[in-house]
Amino acid sequence: MAKIKGSIVVDVEKCKGCELCIVTCPTGVIVLSKEVNGKGYYYAYPALPDLCNGCANCAIVCPDGVITVYKTKI
Amino acid sequence: MKEVTGIKEIIKPENLAYRRSSVLTDKPFSYCPGCGHGTAHRILAEVIEEEEVQSETIGICPVGCSVLMYDFMNIDMQEAAHGRAPALATAVKRLWPGKFVFTYQGDGDLAAIGTAETIHACNRGENFLIIFINNGIYGMTGGQMAPTTLPGMKSSTSPYGRDVKLMGNPLKMTDIVATLPGTYFVTRQSVHTPANVRKTKKAMKKAFEYQKLDKGTCFIEIVSNCPSGWKMTPVESNRWMEENMFPYYPLGDLKVPPEQPVNDDKNKL
Amino acid sequence: MEKELRLMKGNEAVAEAAIRAGTDGYFGYPITPQSEILEYLMEANPYTTTGMVVLQAESEVAAINMVYGGAATGKKCMTSSSSPGISLKQEGISYIAGAELPCLIVNVVRGGPGLGTIQPSQSDYFQSVKGGGHGDYHLIVLAPASVQEMADFVELGFDLAFKYRNPALILSDGAIGQMMEKVYLNPPKKRATTFPSWATTGKPPTRERNIITSLDLDPYGQEIHNQKLQAKYREMEEKEVRYEEFQIEDAEYLFVAYGTSARVSQKAVQLCRAEGIRVGLLRPITLFPFPSKRINELASKMKLILSVEMSAGQMVEDVMLAVNGKTPVSHFGRMGGVVPTPEEVVESLKSKRYREVQK
Repeated sequence: MAKIKGSIVVDVEKCKGCELCIVTCPTGVIVLSKEVNGKGYYYAYPALPDLCNGCANCAIVCPDGVITVYKTKI
Repeated sequence: MKEVTGIKEIIKPENLAYRRSSVLTDKPFSYCPGCGHGTAHRILAEVIEEEEVQSETIGICPVGCSVLMYDFMNIDMQEAAHGRAPALATAVKRLWPGKFVFTYQGDGDLAAIGTAETIHACNRGENFLIIFINNGIYGMTGGQMAPTTLPGMKSSTSPYGRDVKLMGNPLKMTDIVATLPGTYFVTRQSVHTPANVRKTKKAMKKAFEYQKLDKGTCFIEIVSNCPSGWKMTPVESNRWMEENMFPYYPLGDLKVPPEQPVNDDKNKL
Repeated sequence: MEKELRLMKGNEAVAEAAIRAGTDGYFGYPITPQSEILEYLMEANPYTTTGMVVLQAESEVAAINMVYGGAATGKKCMTSSSSPGISLKQEGISYIAGAELPCLIVNVVRGGPGLGTIQPSQSDYFQSVKGGGHGDYHLIVLAPASVQEMADFVELGFDLAFKYRNPALILSDGAIGQMMEKVYLNPPKKRATTFPSWATTGKPPTRERNIITSLDLDPYGQEIHNQKLQAKYREMEEKEVRYEEFQIEDAEYLFVAYGTSARVSQKAVQLCRAEGIRVGLLRPITLFPFPSKRINELASKMKLILSVEMSAGQMVEDVMLAVNGKTPVSHFGRMGGVVPTPEEVVESLKSKRYREVQK
């Protein structure tokens, strides 16, 4: 059975650390970083990328549209 | 731009599953972290892109947090005086019936100062889309009470909570306009979860399709959050919204064209 | 093509002229003494002949904002009202001026303040010429004194409005709005099919998006914008002043009056001259830009200048500024909707002249 794997790209300078993507990710890929970006926000990033299934929930709910999603069949 | 990515091998153009709409400009949104305005702008831009009407769309933005909406959308836009967007849209649509016209308004704009313009445009059945972002507070001016602020809800002008005896009850504008024969499609949605974002986007898409039919006003209320005004984190604000705003402003279609079944899933997450 | 001769009311002439000028949209609200403009347009139903949109809005506020929206798309849009309704429109008018949009507003002035009366007055001069709405801006103000000018100034108003990207106002009064006179109407012009490059008509791939706004949160940017607006007003003052003179050549005294007051003053000139008093009349046609230069020139040979207005004295201040101390300036007027008689104007001049002669 083909498995779908995903990969997200986060524009961390534009991320405002609202954490909505973290809450909505079904597999727990995204984590809030301990560093700040240029605007002083703790940004979200894919800390566990192997868990990503490309569902795009994060990108769909992101108020600032900072996430781009790729996915492929493995 | 500084990026953090997942598995690099998957990142190829042919694997693209979701990207920011090209109808948005490059300017980062000026909204507070977690604010529903950003999500609403994003999906509106996606609909304009997918319907391929970027060169036929004229948008009218309000006075409120989204006063600078024209900085973020790559379409022709007009700035309206507070509350008057439906009047501007009336003229634009009547003079340019072939264009796609929408107004985008907050709760003060649409339900306080603009009540007359909202009701009369809907009553005349003006053939444009009204997008109503309802977060029960005046964000731009610092968190004052709105006509849609809930009973007991605190704001900078209701510091002890909204007292309905002195300040009246919250106005349910969407319910009011749904009773007018001039409205064609009236719905209440949200953008705080992916499922709701998808539903709202579908509603916007329908509204653009309906505008071609010249059958009346389409009205989409988006019950949204205001983390800054409510003094909560974005995640907390969405939870608070589900627990407090949705019972008063239930999600779902209030009026659909006769050929369509009513989509009555209230508060489905 | 020939002009058409008709006998019409001032208000009706505005409406008919609007159709013939190729107006795209009229948005109005009933108020005495100008409701005939909206009524005439509704009955003429030009939507079926020229495609002109005529809409009775829910308020004067809604109407001016409809004008704003339509004007922002480059279309010829207009509204009309009377004093209290024009007060309601002030926010919208300020926005239109700030966003540099062309449009035409007609004020058929009635007595005020407040709900006032329905009879004619000229007490909206300050509101029309000095601002009315907030911020540093001016309207192009045209003052008709006949039904013919009510008709002519519609096209002139639109031409000037589009030339300068600025709102234009026809400042009429209840008498001129209601009186019937002969009027020669222009042959109809088609509505425009091309639009200015700044208009929001839908962004094609070939240009950047157009934004119509009057907001700039950067004060330095807003100052530059204001300087641009001021430059326009200076240009108008240089190029667009219009006035009419009556028996000025040998005059020792001068009436300055517009609209109905000018008609009354013209008769007063004749009565004065029959008594041997050499009076002339300068009738400003543009109240903004004001014929300051010409009044200053004439002041050199006048013993007294009398501003005749149906108000407590508003234009008299601009006359004083123009005269700049060269000669005495005074005012005569009736208020509250009362129209002065030529005899009253003559009496006023004589009593003030007597005082001057005694000095």
